[in-house]
Order: sequence, then structure tokens, then C-alpha cells
Amino acid sequence: MDCYTANWNPLGDSAFYRKYELYSMDWDLKEELRDCLVAAAPYGGPIALLRNPWRKEKAASMRPVLDIYSASGMPLASLLWKSGPVVSLGWSAEEELLCVQEDGAVLVYGLHGDFRRHFSMGNEVLQNRVLDARIFHTEFGSGVAILTGAHRFTLSANVGDLKLRRMPEVPGLQSAPSCWTALCQDRVAHILLAVGPDLYLLDHAACSAVTPPGLAPGVSSFLQMAVSFTYRHLALFTDTGYIWMGTASLKEKLCEFNCNIRAPPKQMVWCSRPRSKERAVVVAWERRLMVVGDAPESIQFVLDEDSYLVPELDGVRIFSRSTHEFLHEVPVASEEIFKIASMAPGALLLEAQKEYEKESQKADEYLREIQELGQLTQAVQQCIEAAGHEHQPDMQKSLLRAASFGKCFLDRFPPDSFVHMCQDLRVLNAVRDYHIGIPLTYSQYKQLTIQVLLDRLVLRRLYPLAIQICEYLRLPEVQGVSRILAHWACYKVQQKDVSDEDVARAINQKLGDTPGVSYSDIAARAYGCGRTELAIKLLEYEPRSGEQVPLLLKMKRSKLALSKAIESGDTDLVFTVLLHLKNELNRGDFFMTLRNQPMALSLYRQFCKHQELETLKDLYNQDDNHQELGSFHIRASYAAEERIEGRVAALQTAADAFYKAKNEFAAKATEDQMRLLRLQRRLEDELGGQFLDLSLHDTVTTLILGGHNKRAEQLARDFRIPDKRLWWLKLTALADLEDWEELEKFSKSKKSPIGYLPFVEICMKQHNKYEAKKYASRVGPEQKVKALLLVGDVAQAADVAIEHRNEAELSLVLSHCTGATDGATADKIQRARAQAQKK
Amino acid sequence: MAFPHRPDAPELPDFSMLKRLARDQLIYLLEQQHEVDKLYKVENKPALSSNEQLCFLVRPRIKNMRYIASLVNSDKLAGRTRKYKVIFSPQKFYACEMVLEEEGIYGDVSCDEWAFSLLPLDVDLLSMELPEFFRDYFLEGDQRWINTVAQALHLLSTLYGPFPNCYGIGRCAKMAYELWRNLEEEEDGETKGRRPEIGHIFLLDRDVDFVTALCSQVVYEGLVDDTFRIKCGSVDFGPEVTSSDKSLKVLLNAEDKVFNEIRNEHFSNVFGFLSQKARNLQAQYDRRRGMDIKQMKNFVSQELKGLKQEHRLLSLHIGACESIMKKKTKQDFQELIKTEHALLEGFNIRESTSYIEEHIDRQVSPIESLRLMCLLSITENGLIPKDYRSLKTQYLQSYGPEHLLTFSNLRRAGLLTEQAPGDTLTAVESKVSKLVTDKAAGKITDAFSSLAKRSNFRAISKKLNLIPRVDGEYDLKVPRDMAYVFSGAYVPLSCRIIEQVLERRSWQGLDEVVRLLNCSDFAFTDMTKEDKASSESLRLILVVFLGGCTFSEISALRFLGREKGYRFIFLTTAVTNSARLMEAMSEVKA
Repeated sequence: MDCYTANWNPLGDSAFYRKYELYSMDWDLKEELRDCLVAAAPYGGPIALLRNPWRKEKAASMRPVLDIYSASGMPLASLLWKSGPVVSLGWSAEEELLCVQEDGAVLVYGLHGDFRRHFSMGNEVLQNRVLDARIFHTEFGSGVAILTGAHRFTLSANVGDLKLRRMPEVPGLQSAPSCWTALCQDRVAHILLAVGPDLYLLDHAACSAVTPPGLAPGVSSFLQMAVSFTYRHLALFTDTGYIWMGTASLKEKLCEFNCNIRAPPKQMVWCSRPRSKERAVVVAWERRLMVVGDAPESIQFVLDEDSYLVPELDGVRIFSRSTHEFLHEVPVASEEIFKIASMAPGALLLEAQKEYEKESQKADEYLREIQELGQLTQAVQQCIEAAGHEHQPDMQKSLLRAASFGKCFLDRFPPDSFVHMCQDLRVLNAVRDYHIGIPLTYSQYKQLTIQVLLDRLVLRRLYPLAIQICEYLRLPEVQGVSRILAHWACYKVQQKDVSDEDVARAINQKLGDTPGVSYSDIAARAYGCGRTELAIKLLEYEPRSGEQVPLLLKMKRSKLALSKAIESGDTDLVFTVLLHLKNELNRGDFFMTLRNQPMALSLYRQFCKHQELETLKDLYNQDDNHQELGSFHIRASYAAEERIEGRVAALQTAADAFYKAKNEFAAKATEDQMRLLRLQRRLEDELGGQFLDLSLHDTVTTLILGGHNKRAEQLARDFRIPDKRLWWLKLTALADLEDWEELEKFSKSKKSPIGYLPFVEICMKQHNKYEAKKYASRVGPEQKVKALLLVGDVAQAADVAIEHRNEAELSLVLSHCTGATDGATADKIQRARAQAQKK
Repeated sequence: MAFPHRPDAPELPDFSMLKRLARDQLIYLLEQQHEVDKLYKVENKPALSSNEQLCFLVRPRIKNMRYIASLVNSDKLAGRTRKYKVIFSPQKFYACEMVLEEEGIYGDVSCDEWAFSLLPLDVDLLSMELPEFFRDYFLEGDQRWINTVAQALHLLSTLYGPFPNCYGIGRCAKMAYELWRNLEEEEDGETKGRRPEIGHIFLLDRDVDFVTALCSQVVYEGLVDDTFRIKCGSVDFGPEVTSSDKSLKVLLNAEDKVFNEIRNEHFSNVFGFLSQKARNLQAQYDRRRGMDIKQMKNFVSQELKGLKQEHRLLSLHIGACESIMKKKTKQDFQELIKTEHALLEGFNIRESTSYIEEHIDRQVSPIESLRLMCLLSITENGLIPKDYRSLKTQYLQSYGPEHLLTFSNLRRAGLLTEQAPGDTLTAVESKVSKLVTDKAAGKITDAFSSLAKRSNFRAISKKLNLIPRVDGEYDLKVPRDMAYVFSGAYVPLSCRIIEQVLERRSWQGLDEVVRLLNCSDFAFTDMTKEDKASSESLRLILVVFLGGCTFSEISALRFLGREKGYRFIFLTTAVTNSARLMEAMSEVKA
């Protein structure tokens, strides 16, 4: 235990800093780091090295080479740099490598050296060249700031949504600033630069000179400046070897330090822990590393090799050709437990557990001591927390064991924190493995979240590990396993050397029906790689046909899209495809396609009926659908045309179509209608009044009502109105006119084809009992009873019924007998019935 | 008189939730989202409102879009700028947006959706209020509403648990069912593990049974619908019913105690029942004679209101009855019913045909004439060519030549067809069977397949014993079977099918009927293995009518439920009757 704090270095009275090795680097670098452009992503991210960046020779062997390594030095990618000279490298928040070129172009590469896209920092740069560039992180994403040859700054706060902002000029700036940095405050990006003894703050509106409060006198230039990870603090290194540390707003000084080294440092970065009161800055020279803070003494390290500092959320990573180390302030929990002669409850608990393992009774003593102070809960918590901050699994385990031991003596200690810490440490140890090479600390991991960590694993194509983590943490499938499988599949379709069948099968085998996996997304990726056939194969696995359609359309498989849309039963989708097809195909082909898809056809017809009548006609023409064509023209004759000639012409076309459709009935009917129309027109001209659009029946009725009997007769003959109809018609019309005389004449003109009962009925409807009775006498015997009942002659009806000996008629009459008046009749019928029964 | 349910009959699920859901959503849309303060009916005329914002709540139809477009464009011409919002119910269709775009106003309007598809008209009746479903699907072959149906089913299953047993018949039923299943699979987990409240669901296409829908209705509720037209569960009783000079809008549902007792009754019983009821009421009023002050106080505070309410309802229904009697008890109606029964039973076809002819000649009613022609055609497997021609000619002469288009519609829907000579028929049939064995054909609706679809009503009627053999009078007061809804002359085909399938829990043994219905590929059963359903829920049956159902069918199934201890719940695209069916098929001059 004594040696455990050997690498702890005190800074001032209250804080310790420790440096431990993360990895011994695996990368076999031939060059010194100083000969390379270096960029390392935070959160244990990858390292990019551009070798020979400044050589201009054309010889291939001397061209710059871009290498990307994991934090443990495992090579991820290597490519020959064929583009222009690079000024600066940097990683975006999505772990994309941004390479800022001298001409202002920014090339974006993926983690595996795959070119993603490029953008430019403005045309102005083309002439002036980029002198320097910084990649910085904001809450919106990753930003790029450049300094041009004209000593102007341009920045973009988010490269994902590129908006270039040209910063105002710094008055009197003749040469490049001695140092500068991008600052993010209140969601706005600023530039802080130092020119000689002056500091300027640039925002997009103005340039203002600023002075750090309490700055020691005698400064003639600033050599280096550093902003903390969270943009809260700022450190300035002056040519007098003096370091000023304060808030980034330059409103407050925190502390200062004089290191008496006047050589400009290679790097200066902040090293502080979230929620810690300690502030420290790490300054690196060629062979010396110094940690300075609010203390008269600094901590000094000797650097054996050329090293590079990477600021992290809670410390600094330092890597060189051979090692990768982490320097940080010892967290409170660890300090309490491990500080020499510490009597903190955690320390006692750890001790107790160790004694317990040795089977010594001292365990009990320690435990009692903690319990007497009532600090057991605190002790357990301390041990759990400290375990999180340990890098070595052995130490993690012994702390967790102590916690678990202490827990036994507590009644109600919620297990969550212990369980979660075990889980988190297991995940952390897994990703810290040098094969994976993501040296996250516990605080970084919590800040990053598991979701982002999974994304990063996916980005590194570490699908199995990601899936294992998801399963281990029991993440919901949709967020976890399925998402990763989908990413895997998207990667799989990019493997050009595998055949379409194999890829499709492999993907389906792995994914099956995993919920939340969208085959159409994977297919879209396949199509993006130019593998249309594979995309179609993958779409076959997509259970929701609705999802297949948009991609099929994009791939110009419109006909397939159409049948899929129809399968989906979603008419909207069908319609979308239809309109797409309509624009894509020529009319003939479009119609042919429709012809094979009745459902789509009827849908389109519905649309045309309201929107494009002419198209509808063409559709029917194309199909030789003369029947519908005929109907179409008939409809047109009612709707479109006002003039009689137009209507007749439309009807003629319709009739022709009906003939072609071998629908003679419809053709004849249409021709009749044409005749009728013409005739009605003539009638209107000659007689006045309204005839157009009446039915034949109504036309004749109107004529009779108007007293044009001759005309009516003529019309009936011309159109061969059947006798029965004509009689009904005349009967009704004459009764309406109450022209009883004419009616009687008509009734006697010949034997009625509809009998005389209707005459009785109609007369009664006009309440003319007198006339009705006339006809009742002429009604044939089988309807006589009905007729008599109609005119209200119950007695006579009874007589007739009795005479007929018809049971049905008898009961009919009986049902008409009402109370008092027909009492006698009713009796009569009853008697007749009785008689009939006797017989 | 209304027969009580068996004591073990299951409770109906509470549908008021649906109402609340829809109402809250609409209020939110109108008030919160669009700040609507006044409502107008969308009619094809210029909007008079001078408001700065117009909000349209419409069905997604191209016609409506054109109306809105004309309104917006005329505003533009007049140099007026307003905000326009269109709320589509139950959903927005791409075609509608297309029209707005083509009319050049897509940028001027903003669109929204009100996903309201289920209106609880009564405790056991849900309507989607989509009367256009019938024409759109069965005539135009437009499947747009099937998805809406599937979504409605999905909503029901999320609210009331999964349905363990599913049956269906008809092409549309099958499609709706499959779409709904897909929806469930996409969002599974929600209904899983829930206890089913409704044990069975039965989906049925209207074209499986046109006959029942075409018959004149004689149960009270159906008769009220035929006579006065029930709209959204309420009816406008005119002055002849209210015996005042005002019309009265009356809500017809189980809340109306008087109506609830007579709704399912054959009309011949209703009047007697009402007068008995009136006498009882009078007796109750009369009780107050001889009451002391305290009793009187009690009577006034507790009973009087109920009695008055009952009195009001009673007089309304008596008025309605009288009005119906005036219209229906004439000889004409008796003759009409007689002819219908003859058609159903298949005797005296000649006589019936000439009755129809006379009906047309006398211009009784275009819709009625058409209905009779269709009934004749369906029961007889199409008209013989001579009749087909002559009836159509007569019809055109009577009611106007534009009905040539109506006939073409009816033919396409298979409602009014010509008997094809024997050999071509078999050819068509073999072609059809080839079509349906093709796997894809199951999903593709051939709008014209109905052309080849023949009604085999007579054979089905025999197989399912639809025409009850009656010795002596059929006692309509104490019905024996579902035939009472048609005076004992005919058991509704749709209801009989449902009865048979429920009895067997499958289509087994009904192969011949299914074949005769030309639905061999569209009759399906689907049962979940795990039977978590309680015996109570297993006696709760949701019947889905695609294309509308009639009140007679509802009454018949309510009767069946009482007999067997089931409770039926009805979901229909709309409540329909013969007149509505015929109107949907008619082409009227614009």
C-alpha cells in the first residue's frame, strides 16, 4: 500500500496529481512526432499523423502520408496525401478528420481514411493562403477557425451546417499574432489573439482590446495561450516566463506562476477535473513537463521523448513514440482512501476488508471504528466511487470488494450504485483494452454516454463488442442491438468483393426479423454504393411494402414500385408512384403499365374524372374500352355542352362507341335520346315551355297537360311507347287535368290494356268518387271487389265476394268493415263464410 | 315487449371513450391549433365570412379540393389575402394535395388531419360515417378507405384488447384484415398481454349479401330509416309527426327508453305496444289522484319528470307510427312487400316482372323501381335478355335517358345484370378461378371481376334455409328466428352466415356456400392458440360491415344474440338502406 501513492505529486497543500501509463504504443513510428502534423481526438479518440507535411517534392516516396491510429497505436488507416499542402488537422465531434489545406479547402475523412466530403473556407483564402487553423468544439458541433495570409480570421461554428463568418479586422495588425485561440462563450464563437503586449477579442461585430486583470507588468509578448476543455478558463504564457491563469471572460484572475523559463513552450493545456476547485495548467517544452497551479512550487516531469498533449475533460493525455500516459488530479475519493495515514471511512473499510481476507480479527476492529462513527454508508460510497477512478482492474476489484464487504453490515443500502459501477467498469475495461484503444476515464464515459460510446464502437466497426455491451447492459433492442446490426449491414453492403446473393443472405441471417431494423435503410445504403441489384434483394426482406416504394422509385424501378405500392394497400403510396410514372414514362407506356394494374388504373381514373377529363378519354381509347368511352361521352353531353348541337354530337359519338362495344341497346337508347332532344328543341320553339331534358314519359305528359293531344299521340307512335304505358300516362295526365270528359272518351276508345281498376284508383286519388264509380262497374270480375272497396261500396263488395265464394276476398272486405255502419255487411259475410264451411 | 337479454349476457365495452377521444382532438385542432370560432357547412357556394382566416374541415375528396381552390382563387382575384387551413378527416390523401398543387394554391393553404374514424352511434353501434365507401370500393374499385378501416380496427384493438378469433368473407374484408394485421405487427407489444374484451370479430363485405340490403325494412328502426332517413343516429321528424308546425330533431338510441323497446320490433306490433304503454302512462299519472300532500310532493319531485319525458317520447313515436302507417299501409305497400317476398322465394317471377314494369310505367319512384329491378336480377342470377332490355327501355322512358349510365354502373357492381348464355358463363368462371388461384390476384382487385360474379342466391337460400317453412301464421309477436325482421319471409343472408360461422367457429362445412358466393379465396378464419379470453368476452362479437349495414340486419343479430346469449357490436362504414345503395349507384345530372 505504501507504494501506491508513489506516483502522486502534491501541488500546493490540497491536491495531488498523478500520471500513469495507459498503453505502451504499438505504432512503430519512424519519424519524430515533431516532424508530423498531429491531431488527437478527445475522449480517448484516434490519433492522426501527417508525415512530411511540408515537403513539396513531387516524388511519390516523399509525398506526405496520412496515418490514423487508435489511442493505443493500432493502425486504422494509412493513405498517401495527394491533395494540397495541409496547414492543420483536427477531429470533429463525430470523429471525422478535418484537414485544413493552405488553399482554404477542408477535406473530411472518416476514421478509416475514407474520404467523406470537402468544403471551402471562402474564396478570399485562395489568394491569401491559410496561415494557421484551429478545430474547436462547440455545443453545436465542431468549428473551424482559420487565419489567412492577410491576417484576417474566418470561422464556422459548425461544419455540419456550414456558415462562414468573416471576423472583423484587427486594427494595425501587420504580422501574424504571436498566438491565438478560438473561444466559445454564450453559444458564440470568438477569437482571442495576442499581438505583442496586447490582447484582442474578436467577435463577429467588433474587435476589442482586452486586458487580463492582475497581469504582472513587463510583458512584451504572449507566447502561448490555452483555453480549458469547457471554455471556462484561460491561461496565458508570456515572454517573461510568467503564466497568468484566469477566467476565459478575462474578468477574474485565479492565480499566477512564474516559471522563469523564457523559451516558448511547445504546448500548454489545462488539466482540471469537473467540479474541482483546483486549477492547473500543464506546460510542455522539448524535454520538460511542468504542472503549475495555485502553489509556489510546480510539479516537474522530465520528458524522455518528443511528446504530445491532448486535453481531456478531467486531465491530460500525453503520448510519445513509445508510451501513452494520463495525467490528472487525484479524485477526492481516491485521495481520501489512499492518502498516507488516512483515517477516512473508505480507507478504514478497505483496510478492514483486507484484514478480513487475512482472517484477522483486526477486521472487526476497523469495522467497529467506522460503525461507531456512523460512517459505514459513506465508506461504502467512497470505495465504490474510488473504484471508478482506478485504471487497474486489480485495484478496482479490491475497492469493490471492500464496498461489497461493507455493504453486508448495512441494513438498507440501495444496490444500484454498486451494480452500476460494476457494469460501467466492465464496459470501460473492455474498451480500454489495447485492441480497442479507447482509454476513457469514468467521468469521460459518463459525459459521453453509453449511446455515443456505442456509436464510436460502430464507427470503428467493432460490431461484436458493441452488441455484447448492449446485451450485457440489457439495452432495449431498438436502441441497442438492432441499431448496431443495421450499421453492420450498412457496412456489409459496401464490401464490393462479396456477391449480391451472399451479402443479402448474410445480412438476412444475422438480422432476421430483429425489431427496429429497417431493411430499406440498408438497401438505400447499398444503392448509394451503386449496388442496385443488392438493394432490390434487400428490399425483398422489408416487411413493410410502404417502406420499399420510395427507394424503388429512386432506383428507377417504378414498375416494381407500383406493384409493391399496390401490395401495401396504401392508396396514397400508389398515387405517388403513379404520378412519378406519369412523368417518367411516355403516355403510351404509362397507360400500358396501368392496364396491367387494375387497382392503380381505377385510382388514376378517379383522379382523371375530376381533374383531367381528356386523359380519361385517352385511357379508354387506349384500352379500346368502347363501353366506358360511350358512357364518357354521354356524361359529357350532360355536363359540358350547353348548346343542343354540341350535345347531340356528343351523343352521336357515344352511340358510335356503343356500337363498337357491341352494346346495341345502349346505342339505340342513345340514338333515341338524340331524336328526343331534337324533338324537344322543336317543341320548345313551336309551343314554348320547358321540354328539354324531360324524360320521354314526362314529355308526353307535358304535351297532354298542355292540351296537345295530337302531338302526344304522334310522339308515342314515333317512339313506340307501349300501350300499357301510354294508358297509364294518359289516365294520370287527364285525371290531373280533371278533364273527366276526355278521360271517359279515352276509356272508351278501345279496351283498356291495363284494365279499369287503375281508372278507379286514379279517380279516387283525385277524390272524384262519382267518376270512380263509373269505372268500377267496368272492372273485370277478379278485381271487382277491390274496385268496389276503393270507391267505398262495402256492401256491394261483400255481395260480389260472396258471389265469388272467394275466401281471400271475403276477408279483405271484412277488414274494411268499420264498426257501426258496416255491421250488417260484416254479419252477412260471416254468415256466408259459415255457409261455405258447411258445404 | 323488448326481450331481455339472458342474465349471463356479457357487458358491452364502453365506447364513450371513443367519443371523448375524437371530441378532444377536434376541439384541440379547432381552438388551439387554428383558433376557429365559428362553423359553417361546406357548400358549393362562395364563403360569406369576412374573417381573416378560413378553416375547412372536409373529407379528403377531389371535389372538395376544387371547391376550396375556387374559393381561394376568387379571393386572389379580388385581391384579398386570408389564411386558409384545411383539416382532413379521417386522413389526408396525396391526391388531394396534388389537386391543390395543380390548382396553384398549395402554398396558400396549410393542411392538418383529424384522425376521427369511429363514431359511436349507440351502445352497440359504431359507424365510420363513410357512406362513400360503398360507391368508391364496390363501383369504382378504389381501395383508399380500406386502410382507414384497418386503422379503425387497430384503434379498437389497442383500446379493447386483441381479438382472439377472427373470421371474414369478401375481398375487401380480407384486405382490410391483412392491412390491420400488418399494423398490429408493426406496433406489436402494445396489445400483447392484454386481456381480450371482445372475443370474436367478423368482417363481411356488403357485396356478399346485396339481397338483404335491397329489401324493404319492416322492423321499426329500419322503417324509420327508410321513411325519414336517420342521419348520424338522429332523425328529423317533420310537422306531420310532431303534430305542431315545427320539425324536431330526435336522437334515436338506447337512451330513448321508448324507442329502445320498439326499435327491433316488427312494425305490426309497434302500435299495439305504444298504445299499451300510453295506457300505462295514463295510469301512472292517474295515481296522483287521492294522494296526500307528502305523496304528491314525492311524485312531483321524483317521478313526474320521468313521466313527462316518457310522455313526450311516446307521443313522438306514436306520431311517427301514424305517419308511417299513412304511407305504408296502403295497398301499394302490401303489393310491394308481396312482390318482394315472391322474388325472395322465387315463385311467380313473371307476375313480379310485370309488377315491376307497371311500377316503372306509373313513375312511382325512380329509386324504388331500380331497387326492384336489382332485387329481381340478383335473386334470378340476372335478368333474361328480353326483360333486361324491355325493363331498361321502360325505365329510361320514365325516368330519363341519363340513367343509361346508372345501368352501366349497376352492371359493373353486379347489381343488375343480364343472364349470360350457359357456355360463356363456364368460360368466365374458369377464367376467374384461374385468376384467383394466382397468388397475387388475392391482393389485386379487379374492378371488373364483379362482372363475372354471379349471384347464386337461390342455391344459397336453399343451402342455408333462408326461407323458413311456415305452417300457418308466423307469429311476429314471438319471433322464432331472424326471419321476423322480414315478416317471417326471409332470414337475412348476412346474418345467417354469421350465425353459422359462429356456431362452427370456422367456415368448415360451408364450402359450398362460400363457393356459391364466389368468395372461395376470401373466406378466412384466424384463431390465436393461447386462449386467455374469458368465457364472457367470447360471447362478445364485433361484426364489421364493409360497405354499410341496415338496421334490419342489426335487429336480426340483436335477436340472435338474445337467443344464444351473445352480445353483438356493430362496426359499419355507414348505416345504409336500399335507397342509399341505389342512390350511390345512380348518375344524376349535374
